[in-house]
Amino acid sequence: MEIDPFIFRFSIFILSIFVGYYVVWSVTPSLHTPLMSVTNAISSVIIVGAIIAALASNSDKIFETSSIFGFLAIILAAVNIFGGFLVTQRMLQMYKKKKK
Amino acid sequence: MSANLSATFYLISGILFILALRGLSSPETSRQGNYFGIAGMAIAIIVTFLSVGNFGSGFIYVLIFLVIGGSIGAFIAFKIPMTAMPELVAGFHSLVGLAAVFVAISAFLNPEAFNLGIIGDIKLASLIEMSLGAAIGAITFSGSIIAFLKLRGIMSGAPITFKGQHFINLFIGLTIIFLIYYLCKTQSSNIFWTIVAISFLVGVLLIIPIGGADMPVVISMLNSYSGWAAAGIGFTLENTALIITGALVGSSGAILSYIMCKGMNRSFFNVILGGWGATDQASSAQSKEQKPTKSGNADDAAFLMKNASSVIIVPGYGMAVAQAQHALREMVDALKKNGVKVSYAIHPVAGRMPGHMNVLLAEANVPYDEVFELEEINNDFANCDVAYVIGANDVTNPVAKSDPQSPIYGMPVLDVEKSKSVLFVKRSLSPGYAGIDNDLFYRDNTLMLFADAKKMTEEIVKSL
Repeated sequence: MEIDPFIFRFSIFILSIFVGYYVVWSVTPSLHTPLMSVTNAISSVIIVGAIIAALASNSDKIFETSSIFGFLAIILAAVNIFGGFLVTQRMLQMYKKKKK
Repeated sequence: MSANLSATFYLISGILFILALRGLSSPETSRQGNYFGIAGMAIAIIVTFLSVGNFGSGFIYVLIFLVIGGSIGAFIAFKIPMTAMPELVAGFHSLVGLAAVFVAISAFLNPEAFNLGIIGDIKLASLIEMSLGAAIGAITFSGSIIAFLKLRGIMSGAPITFKGQHFINLFIGLTIIFLIYYLCKTQSSNIFWTIVAISFLVGVLLIIPIGGADMPVVISMLNSYSGWAAAGIGFTLENTALIITGALVGSSGAILSYIMCKGMNRSFFNVILGGWGATDQASSAQSKEQKPTKSGNADDAAFLMKNASSVIIVPGYGMAVAQAQHALREMVDALKKNGVKVSYAIHPVAGRMPGHMNVLLAEANVPYDEVFELEEINNDFANCDVAYVIGANDVTNPVAKSDPQSPIYGMPVLDVEKSKSVLFVKRSLSPGYAGIDNDLFYRDNTLMLFADAKKMTEEIVKSL
C-alpha cells in the first residue's frame, strides 16, 4: 500500500518540532528578544503562498479577488521579513563583550 | 523549475532557518545566524518565483508590493526605539497572522492555483488545513492587536473580565470546530467566512482578560500561534520550508511561554484565564498599617556605592519606562573607576517580553558578560555590599519565600535582601503589579530612593 504524501509532510512537521525544541532550549536567555524577532521574520516565509496566490491568474486580469488577497499578504509579509531581520540585526550588533 | 528541485530548495531554506535559531545560542554566533535566516528567506522567495514561472506584468506588481512592504519594514526597524520592542514584536505577530488569513482566503477562492481541487470540491485534507490556518491566523492577528494596544498604553493594561467569560470562549472554540466540520461537508464559502470572523473575535476575547505584567507570556504565546498558523498554511501549500518554519516558531513560542510562566510560578492556564490580584485585596489591606521605611537621597546612595566593593544592579520594567538604561551605564562606569565590581541580575520576567532587559542594557553598551540570569547570580547577593534595584519590584519580594498565603508564594525571586544594603529606586511605596506590598521596603538594610529612575540615577552620577 502506498503511503499518503501527507504522512511524509506530517513526519517533517513532527521532527521539526523536536528540532525546534532542542534548538530553542539552547538559546541563551539574554537573546530571547532577538529570538522572538527572528522567529517573526522567518515565519513570514508564508510569503511563498502569497506569491503563488498573487501570480495565479494567467489572464490579462491581474487583480482578481483571490490574487488581491495574495498581493495584500505580500505587503504584510514583506514588512515582517525586512523589519524582522533588520531589527534583529540591529539588536545583535549591540551585544558586545567586555573590552579588555 | 521542477517540483522536486524546488522542494529540495525549500528544504535547504528550512535548514537555514534552523541554523538561524541555532546561532542564537551565543551572541558571537548570533549575527552569522541572522545571515543564515536571510539567505533561507531569499532562497525561498526566488525558488517560488522560478517555480511559478509567471514573469508577466503580475510579476512586476509582486516586486512593487515587495518593495513597498520591505521599505516600510526597514523604516520601522531602523526607527524603532529599543524600549518599544515588545510592541513592535506584537505588531509583527499580527501581520504574520493576517498574512496567513489572506493566503488561506485566496487558496479557498482559487484552489486550482494551489493544486487543491476546484471551487466547491476542495480536497478534504486541504480544507481542514486551510481553515485551521485561517482560524489560528485570525486569532493571532486580533490577539496581537490587543496585546499591541495594551503594551503601547492605548488600551489600559488592567485585565478586562466579565461573568461567564471562560464559558463564552469555550463555546466559541467549540463552535469553530463544529463549523470546520460543517465546512468540510458543504464546502460553503459562507461558513468559511464565518470561521474567519469568529476567530477574529476569539483573539480579542482571549487577550483582554490578561493583565499588563503577564504580557511576556502573551507575546510568547502569540509567537507560538503565528508559527502554528504558518504550519497550517504550509500543509495546505505542501511546502516544506513553511512546515519546518511553522514547527520551529511554534515550539519556540511555546518554550518561551513555559519559561515565562515558570518565572512567575504560575501555570499556563492560570495566566491565560487572566486576572491576578483581584483576590489579594484583603491581604494587602491588612498589611497597610504604617511601617517605617528609611529614605535617602542621591548623595547617600552615591556614598554607599562608592565605598562598596561589589554592587549588583537589578533592573525591571520601571527602567524601561523611565528610559534609564543609559544613565545607569554612566553610573556603573563611574563606580568602576572607583574600583567597584558591578554586575547585573536579570529576573526571567523582568520587563514586558522575554529578554527585554538584556536588549536595553546591550543598547546602553553594557557588555553581555556582566549581565547574569537569576540562577547564575542569586547566591552572590549574600556577598555583595549594595543591591541597586531600579524599576523592579515583585521579583525582589522576599514574601515569595516566606508567606504561603501570598499570591506570589513560590515564585523564584532575586535574593536582594541578603546583600548588606539595598537601594530601592521607586517613585512611591505603592505595590507592584501583583498588588502586594513589598516586604523589602521595610527592612533595616533598605534605603528607599523616592524618585524617577532616570533622574535619580543621573543625580547619583553627578554626586559620584
